[in-house]
Amino acid sequence: MWILRLNMTDRSYKLEAVPERYKNLGGRGLTSTLIYDEVDPMCHPLGPNNKLVFAPGIITGTSSPTSARLSVGGKSPLTGGIKEANAGTGWAPSVAKMHLKAIVVEGQPEETGKYWMVAISWEGDKPKVEFMPADEYVGRNLYEAFPEVYSRFGDRVHVAGIGAAGEFKYPNSGIVFNDMKDRPSRYAGRGGLGAVMGSKGLKFIVVDSAGAPGVEILNPELFKEGSKKMREALMEHAITKPKGGLNSYGTAILVNILNEAGGLPTRNFSAGRFAGAAKIAGEAIFETNKQRMGKEIYNHACSPGCIIQCSNTLYAPDGSEIASCIEYESDWAFGADCGIDDLDKIGEMVTLCNAYGLDTIEAGVTMGVAMDSGVIPFGDADGAIRLLHEMGKGTPLGRILGGGAAMVAKTYGNPRSPTVKGQAMPAYEPRAVKGIGVTYATTTMGADHTAGYTIAPEILSVGGKSDPLASETAKADLSRAFQSTTALIDSSGHCLFIAFAILDIPTGFQGMVDEINAIFGTSMTGDEAVAMGAEILKRERAFNEAAGFTRHDDRLPEFMKYEKLPPHNVTNDLPDSVFDAVFGNL
Amino acid sequence: MKIQVKLFATLQRYAPAGQFAGEPFEMELPDGGTIAMVVERLAIRSHEVKVTFVNGRARAEVYRLKDGDEVGIFPPVGGG
Ligand code: SF4
Repeated sequence: MWILRLNMTDRSYKLEAVPERYKNLGGRGLTSTLIYDEVDPMCHPLGPNNKLVFAPGIITGTSSPTSARLSVGGKSPLTGGIKEANAGTGWAPSVAKMHLKAIVVEGQPEETGKYWMVAISWEGDKPKVEFMPADEYVGRNLYEAFPEVYSRFGDRVHVAGIGAAGEFKYPNSGIVFNDMKDRPSRYAGRGGLGAVMGSKGLKFIVVDSAGAPGVEILNPELFKEGSKKMREALMEHAITKPKGGLNSYGTAILVNILNEAGGLPTRNFSAGRFAGAAKIAGEAIFETNKQRMGKEIYNHACSPGCIIQCSNTLYAPDGSEIASCIEYESDWAFGADCGIDDLDKIGEMVTLCNAYGLDTIEAGVTMGVAMDSGVIPFGDADGAIRLLHEMGKGTPLGRILGGGAAMVAKTYGNPRSPTVKGQAMPAYEPRAVKGIGVTYATTTMGADHTAGYTIAPEILSVGGKSDPLASETAKADLSRAFQSTTALIDSSGHCLFIAFAILDIPTGFQGMVDEINAIFGTSMTGDEAVAMGAEILKRERAFNEAAGFTRHDDRLPEFMKYEKLPPHNVTNDLPDSVFDAVFGNL
Repeated sequence: MKIQVKLFATLQRYAPAGQFAGEPFEMELPDGGTIAMVVERLAIRSHEVKVTFVNGRARAEVYRLKDGDEVGIFPPVGGG
């Protein structure tokens, strides 16, 4: 196993044997530990001293179901803290199969404006690494550039890269990966890591694992047992099984239930219910496709080996694709949060984000703030589409919008900035769902739902029940437990959506622990595995503290304390001590 | 008493024809009727019901309804 270091200062590389300290890490655990060990917390995120780390999960590249996930880490230009952004893509298992535990991008070219690409393939008994100029792809729509890369390197390859947003070094810029149909649609979107890649003059990393040996498993028997338990849990649970909730309606199945609970942030977080919710819900996507295509269409996998298969495609009346895929978060951000109830326009905006290299959550919330600040009216879909093009072209207004929701709120003098640590909140209203507010406020990532998805017990009755409106100290314990377990899942290489099954089916959780033990030849208990998750959080937290964050940064925006959110007319009434207890008691 | 009922996702098929997911329809119930009675009246198999709301608050199936209440019934859903 190696760590591959790409030095962008002189375009050289090094294959380094994995040091002992990193042997039993993967995914988020590895990206965050490497950043903690090697990156000066006070460095400028876009300067030569930041690093960008790609790490497949521990079991990524094996036959275990729903495990083709990748972590990307660095110091975030959006938050100024540590970042792990996660994506599902065939790129991840390809890297893992070449025995690359991580790819670390370092340094910075002297000349600005010049871009390079790196091709990694397997030759003889190790990976072969080539640098080549990539200027011909710069400034281009990714839906044009990706097919050109594929026709140059062949259908087998997998591609990581950045779009215009990363080239402009926007704090809102993601890193794009190919999906199963080679679309540029799977994003490690959050936190502006696209800009970090851009700052290093790196446009694409193309990988081809043909001939590579594959992932080494120290205890194959245990592995078989573990992944069988995982598979059974996923096939059994009503949310994750074939033709279950996620496979039928996609993640946007959540629109209606959050709306019902009064927790669907609407028109820049000014209400918890959206009158147009049913028109943009997962059910509406399913029905629209059925009508337009004349048959029921179930969702597909974002990456090889996923049996949940939650990714939808929205088809136009003529059968062409408007967007693939429209996630709940994207649907909500351009929908309810902008007061837009037109699915086709929402789909168009998602595709524009993919084309320009933008994170959909940050982009949608930015539009909501722009609307709330009078730049364009709420509900103006065509106006929002125009603004997205400005972002893609890099006009002065486009660059302000590319700065993210907090930047736009500041520029337009609007105190209603739904952000934590500079990162836009996702699709759950923290005043109406208190536990997720605790996660938004305290996670090392800036407002991020995936960091500790308390929505499961608070709204979905998965993994127990917790009253979403109760302002209680227990929310700190709930969020902390979810944050630790999540750091473990994000390290495993499994998609976070396996959590729905393993929260309710304990053998599924044991299956994941078995798999990890099988890969490393260890014998961790479930509790020890979760403790590993907590260790990762502590490292991330230590990085952020050294970067200047204090407990006062672990707060929700002030307007949520004094503005009542209908329909429940609730404010953020959690005392600061609850937020402080999350890491205080870790 | 009269209440409003909304069915979502896979439960839509138990709604009167032509309803889209989440579109409310009216139901007549005896005073003191519960969510469980609504589920039974619609012949929804109970294992298909995961979360039930009354006026935006999650309530257990034994919850007693009042005239004008709005009931939302969900099968297991998840995403993120
Ligand atoms: S559950 Fe969905 S997001 Fe997760 S790996 Fe499968 S298709 Fe991708």
